[in-house]
Amino acid sequence: MANYSTNEFKAGLKVMLDGDPCSIVENELVKPGKGQAFNRVKLRNLMTGRVGERTFKSGDSLEGADVMDLEMEYLYTDGDMWHFMKTDGSFEQYAVEKKALGDTEKWLKEQVPYTLTLWNDKAISVTPPNFIELEVVETDPGLKGDTAQGGSKPATLSSGAVVRVPLFINQGEVLKIDTRSGEYVSRA
Amino acid sequence: MTLNWQPTATVGTLRERARLIATVRAFFAARDIWEVETPVLGQGGSTDVHLVSLATLARTDKGQRKLWLQTSPEFHMKRLLAADSGPIFQLAKSFRDGEVGARHNIEFTMLEWYRPGFTLAQLIEETTALVAHVLPQPPGPVVHYRYRELFHRHLEVDPFTTSLDTLRTLAAQRGNMSAHALAEEGRDTCLDLLMGMVIEPTLGQQELSVVVDYPASQAALARRHQDADGEWVASRFELYLNGIELANGYDELTDAEEQRQRFDADNAERRRLGLPEVDVDVHLLAALEQGLPASSGVALGLDRLIQLALGKARLEEVLAFSTANC
Repeated sequence: MANYSTNEFKAGLKVMLDGDPCSIVENELVKPGKGQAFNRVKLRNLMTGRVGERTFKSGDSLEGADVMDLEMEYLYTDGDMWHFMKTDGSFEQYAVEKKALGDTEKWLKEQVPYTLTLWNDKAISVTPPNFIELEVVETDPGLKGDTAQGGSKPATLSSGAVVRVPLFINQGEVLKIDTRSGEYVSRA
Repeated sequence: MTLNWQPTATVGTLRERARLIATVRAFFAARDIWEVETPVLGQGGSTDVHLVSLATLARTDKGQRKLWLQTSPEFHMKRLLAADSGPIFQLAKSFRDGEVGARHNIEFTMLEWYRPGFTLAQLIEETTALVAHVLPQPPGPVVHYRYRELFHRHLEVDPFTTSLDTLRTLAAQRGNMSAHALAEEGRDTCLDLLMGMVIEPTLGQQELSVVVDYPASQAALARRHQDADGEWVASRFELYLNGIELANGYDELTDAEEQRQRFDADNAERRRLGLPEVDVDVHLLAALEQGLPASSGVALGLDRLIQLALGKARLEEVLAFSTANC
């Protein structure tokens, strides 16, 4: 991979730091009065998702990370690995470990496209679509006529996620959920 | 996509900027300091290892010449001082390559002025008066710090006597830098990192902070003297407000031979670091040989002062067109 100098550190650039692939979040120049310039850089570690800060001498460089995002459909799990397939017609499949799947496990639905982040062709994280439609498999019975505001209750969805829903929602209904906040949006 | 042609600052802000610049000119007029204009291009440039100069090729009457975009108007203004100009000021477009950020723009406006016969203390007083004159509210009391005292207070180390190994370890830790990246660095890099990351953000909070007695190795174009503790220090000050460095002033070096040695040492360091050398300003050296009156001078980042006066988060909010948009 190419090397990138601090002045090329733009948000979204993928670089290697301490053996892990990272994504640049922010890059700010720090220059005391008359001296050496530094770049104060915020990076997201793509393996852990954690954001940290690191300072570099201006002009220093980091190796680029072979990281790419690919859209893939979820197929199935064998209990050990979760299997996804490219949506480009190649039928190429990728197996994902539980660690890389992270919180996305509770938003999985077959044939829905997810974004897989690959590092050296290995999946390191999976991002669900912002909105997903899922069926309610368990919730208290809906209150008739209560279609306005007023209270909420927990509902378990087909993917396993538990979200707060309005009181009028019934088992078997399909709901639109915002996966970023984990909040109910509407009936689908 | 349509190209964003619009100004980086709002037109309202630019009118405010124009009003503030008028107050700056009034300040100098009242003190009988006259305004000069010197070239943006020069046959010599700043050799300072920490500045990256821009240069251009021009067809002159002597054929094609490399001309340097000035990183500050210092050299030309000193030649005017040597020609007995008396006290002068300038609002000078200056250029420092690669400096882009919330407080930096590659092309910026330097407010620089020189006071023949002034001590550094007199110039500090005048600089704080200028800042108070431009800001809408008084910036608070003027508080003086010695460089050494700041390191004692915030980091419990001494910039002059603490061992280099200890400084490297501390700089890595407090500056979020890898120990490996600092392993070959000297004292000044460690001190710069600690100053920039730890100390500077604390300066100029509800006060105007003046820092003096920098290490002699950081003298740039200032004289050197021995401080009360017997350490050689730079006759130089920096002014801070809201954690932002606003101004840098010197008791100006007037010795031509020492100036030549510092330029040569800079270029030697540039060769060692694999950086391009910069043509030494021989006209400045000739002027110093003829004689520069004892003077104090200061360079103030005018865009930053306007940014602070108008309460803007980023420098580009007070620039008509930032480098990204020029």
